[in-house]
Amino acid sequence: MSEALLEVKSLKVQFPVEAGPLTRSKDFVRAVDDVSFSIEPGETVGLVGESGCGKTTLGRAVIRLVEPTAGQVIFEGQDLARLKGAALRAQRRKFQMIFQDPYASLNPRARVENIIGEALDIHHLAPNSTARRQRVESLLKDVGLDPSHAHRYPHEFSGGQRQRIGIARALAVEPKLIVCDEPVSALDVSVQAQIVNLLRDLQQEHGIAYLFVAHDLAVVRHISRRILVMYLGRIVETGEARAVCQSPRHPYTQALISAVPVVDPNSKRQRIILAGDVPSPIHPPAGCPFHPRCPVAEARCKTEVPALRETAPGRRVACHLAK
Amino acid sequence: MSLNFGFFKTSLRIICANRLAATGALIILLFVLLALAAPTMMRLHLLGDPNQLNLNGLDKDGMPRSPGHGYLLGSDNLGRDVLSRVIYGARVSLLVGVASMLTATLIGVTVGLLSGLYGGKLDLALMRFTEMNLTIPSILLAMAFTSLIGDNGRIMHLHPAALPWHFLDVTLKRGLLSVFLVIGFVSWPGMARIVRAQVLGVKEREFVLAARALGASHWRLIWRHLLPNILPTVIVLAAMTTANTILLEAGLGYLGIGVPPPAPDWGTMITEGQPYFATAPHLVIVPGVAIVLTVLAFNVLGQGLQEQMGPRQRP
Repeated sequence: MSEALLEVKSLKVQFPVEAGPLTRSKDFVRAVDDVSFSIEPGETVGLVGESGCGKTTLGRAVIRLVEPTAGQVIFEGQDLARLKGAALRAQRRKFQMIFQDPYASLNPRARVENIIGEALDIHHLAPNSTARRQRVESLLKDVGLDPSHAHRYPHEFSGGQRQRIGIARALAVEPKLIVCDEPVSALDVSVQAQIVNLLRDLQQEHGIAYLFVAHDLAVVRHISRRILVMYLGRIVETGEARAVCQSPRHPYTQALISAVPVVDPNSKRQRIILAGDVPSPIHPPAGCPFHPRCPVAEARCKTEVPALRETAPGRRVACHLAK
Repeated sequence: MSLNFGFFKTSLRIICANRLAATGALIILLFVLLALAAPTMMRLHLLGDPNQLNLNGLDKDGMPRSPGHGYLLGSDNLGRDVLSRVIYGARVSLLVGVASMLTATLIGVTVGLLSGLYGGKLDLALMRFTEMNLTIPSILLAMAFTSLIGDNGRIMHLHPAALPWHFLDVTLKRGLLSVFLVIGFVSWPGMARIVRAQVLGVKEREFVLAARALGASHWRLIWRHLLPNILPTVIVLAAMTTANTILLEAGLGYLGIGVPPPAPDWGTMITEGQPYFATAPHLVIVPGVAIVLTVLAFNVLGQGLQEQMGPRQRP
């Protein structure tokens, strides 16, 4: 294994539950609970899980948009979780984010040239206004937009075009890692493919690593080399994308994969339908967090928390029963 | 579509698009023009001197003249031209009204921004302070402030007590400055609360997160992202606040603690005319109508702007 670009070690993010103005809150939402993984330079790691499982919070905590409660986020040998003020601001050049909602992620009162140019301004990447304009125009070209659109406001663009502007903004500082927070789930299916392909082309051109957060397994499988499956703030299975999708080991992943629609009408795949709802992340179940909904749970699943253990090379599963 | 619309051009377009806003703006414009032209009109003898005591202005019993009789809107108990006084009064009212609105907006936006952006203990402290101010009726608070200044003025020590920097001592006398400061200091809490609520909403939007991810300073967040996006609300509030400050200024004048006489002031005019209400009701009605018209105009303008800018976000 080569040197990791990003290494996350037992990261925890907890939010206090609002108790009242004067009472100190005793409960915490465990949005991210003891998560470890790593990303190598230029690779794409997919992060999947259902709504509310902590994917977005994990993505944000990695780039310090959310304060981690505990754990380390080591990026190029530096612990981001401990950086402060100017040192953190200087590092922010190296990791960026692409957001889910292209209608909320662009300042409605700024022109495109300033939305993208702001990235250059903050990190002093354009010595003068001519250089700034040229850089903005070349970035627009890179993401497949017309450079003459630089003077327009976001509301003059379609969803897909807006997402391209968001990508150009992230690219402007030449980052090494981009956290893509459901970058295509708000777009039409026809546009989704364009954006995913654009992201892939840009990766090949610039050697950027992606942490690709999504709930759509089909998209994640298409773009990722490795996959992390998250459930209730914890990682339950990781491995090569193809291996995880073809032979899921964790019962939750199995249910997730069985929910992906198959094109072949004669396919006899059995759909695993999970009973019940996701438990509250404030009081997660004792033992394995998945046991109340698990079709194969045993007695020890209710008491012992399964560790993420290696079942095959490059494959790790957090289940007592996985082989 | 929106290529290089200047701020004023955009404002004009927004105002013209709404009948309410246009009506309010037109009335305000009329008052502003009259107020600005007053000295010129007086020099050209189109308008009497507002402070000229004139025996001709009184009838044979020494009572104020009713409208007509050489005075378009009659004369007051000292024989002064009411029309002239009401127009000069517009200068005082509008100046104090707008100046105190600006003071209130400055304080309100600053408090609201800090509170909303930083949250936590600062938010708690600022908001409790704001609520404390809200619980006291603003006219009462303004009276308290005015009595602090007193009739003879008050020396304000703007330097730390330990340092002998007496050049920073300023005497605040009762006058335009003190009145607009007082009104400004009591009119900001509503603004602060609404700005805070807006900031709380805007700062969670993804474009603010994106700017933070880029490493934007708080200064940049405030000026480039938060303020431009709460500007429509602030403008609407500013118009509505102006209506209140003008009313408050007239109220203080009426109570005899506003801009000191003989400066023509609508509130003071009503007090002075009150004893003559039975025989010369125009002394109360004319300034009263002027107050109602301006206050209404600013309210209607604010309401129109809200309708126009509320539902859609325009650049």
